[in-house]
Amino acid sequence: MTTEAEKPKLAREEILLRTILDFQEGWLVNLGSGLPSYIANYCSPERNVVFHAENGVVGMGRMATREEVNINLTNALAQHILLVPGASIIDHVDSFALVRSGRLSATVMGAYHVASNRDFANVSRDPNVGGSGGGAMDMARNAQRVFIVMEHVSSEGQPKLLKRCTLPLTCPGVVTRVFTDLGVFDFGEDCFVIKEIAPGWTVDEVRALSEGDIVAAPDLKEIDLKALHEAIASDG
Amino acid sequence: MINKVVQTMDEAVSGIPDGATVMIGGFGSGIPYNLIAALHRQGAKELTVIAVNATTMNRTDIGFLEREGRIKTLISQAGDGRYPGIPQGTMVERIRAGGAGVPAFYTPTGVGTLLAEGKEHRDFNGRTYLLETALTADYALIPAWRADTFGNLQFEYTQRTINPTMARAANQTIVEVEEMVEGGELDPSFIHCPGVFVSQVVKIPPEPEGFHGRPLNIAGVPTRSRLGTRGV
Repeated sequence: MTTEAEKPKLAREEILLRTILDFQEGWLVNLGSGLPSYIANYCSPERNVVFHAENGVVGMGRMATREEVNINLTNALAQHILLVPGASIIDHVDSFALVRSGRLSATVMGAYHVASNRDFANVSRDPNVGGSGGGAMDMARNAQRVFIVMEHVSSEGQPKLLKRCTLPLTCPGVVTRVFTDLGVFDFGEDCFVIKEIAPGWTVDEVRALSEGDIVAAPDLKEIDLKALHEAIASDG
Repeated sequence: MINKVVQTMDEAVSGIPDGATVMIGGFGSGIPYNLIAALHRQGAKELTVIAVNATTMNRTDIGFLEREGRIKTLISQAGDGRYPGIPQGTMVERIRAGGAGVPAFYTPTGVGTLLAEGKEHRDFNGRTYLLETALTADYALIPAWRADTFGNLQFEYTQRTINPTMARAANQTIVEVEEMVEGGELDPSFIHCPGVFVSQVVKIPPEPEGFHGRPLNIAGVPTRSRLGTRGV
């Protein structure tokens, strides 16, 4: 018998691939630090999704190899990047003018906690100190959609899908969808609605690793990893 | 127009007194490593430093100033327990407002969080906003890609970041540049920061022949590296 601990979850790369499938042609998307910053490496330009880096890039491409490095071209995390054809460079002020005026189709970021009332927390691990989270508060408050990409439980094994966040909020009431290594989650009346589930997992097993209420969508389906890899590979 | 060229980094920062408010540019890239190193050698203390890029306090930029207790107050997007953080978009807009002669503005960012506590809230068109105030400085230290001798600037790629905005928000702006051309040689239609916002420009000295890394100066601060190539 396989225990939960041994049961395979989605690999980090697969969480990112699944997230990319939600992007629609023409979207302008900001990628946050950590896991989301690698999305541009996997998403083909053929998808016509434009990535924004808040230090002033509209049209961010993949990370640069050592030979491709230009010290004057980085993302907000100081990772060396490339641009895609048609990209533009803007200053830091225009970069956030774009954010506050609601032009981001989506922002993708990590989180310590997401709550069933759509609150989330990713600025501070100290319950008493409210950090700034860099640009996270700006993105979360003003983007058209807030996508959270994270592992389902913390490295200490604690649930991250909660009834209410216990860390300082980045923004209340804004999360649109959560992508974890166990599934894809939307929101209902103060609950998470699981739309897609990792292969081999049951909803009860996912509930056991979550604190907030989880309701199964009527059309709940298993994530087809083979199709996921093929869909991304076909981007060429 | 006035020639704004200064010969050395040390000369450029020599007038910065104890207690000055200094903006230090860059975010991810666009950091004025040579001017920071010169400010370190110069010895000014009790500084109020305004820097979006203070996320790596112990690494490459202002960490050396911080560790030696030369910074009295740090105003940054990155809080670390000692200093409160500011949302990045709010931080850059505060600098923009400072350079635009606007004392304060309302922003939706931060509503409903700990950072909103004690701030004036006001509704416009059914949405709630926070009042934030402008930031200005005595000096701004920034890099640029190319300058003319009048102080007109061009930036390369994401070297731009907050730098042209800081130039507007400071009384005196000191710029380290990779290339210097004669006044009048830059196309007026492609200037990212006009010389009217610039006080001094100083050319980054060439690195020793055969050098292929990022040198440390006497203070242990990495100076500007030319590692890497140009172009997309």
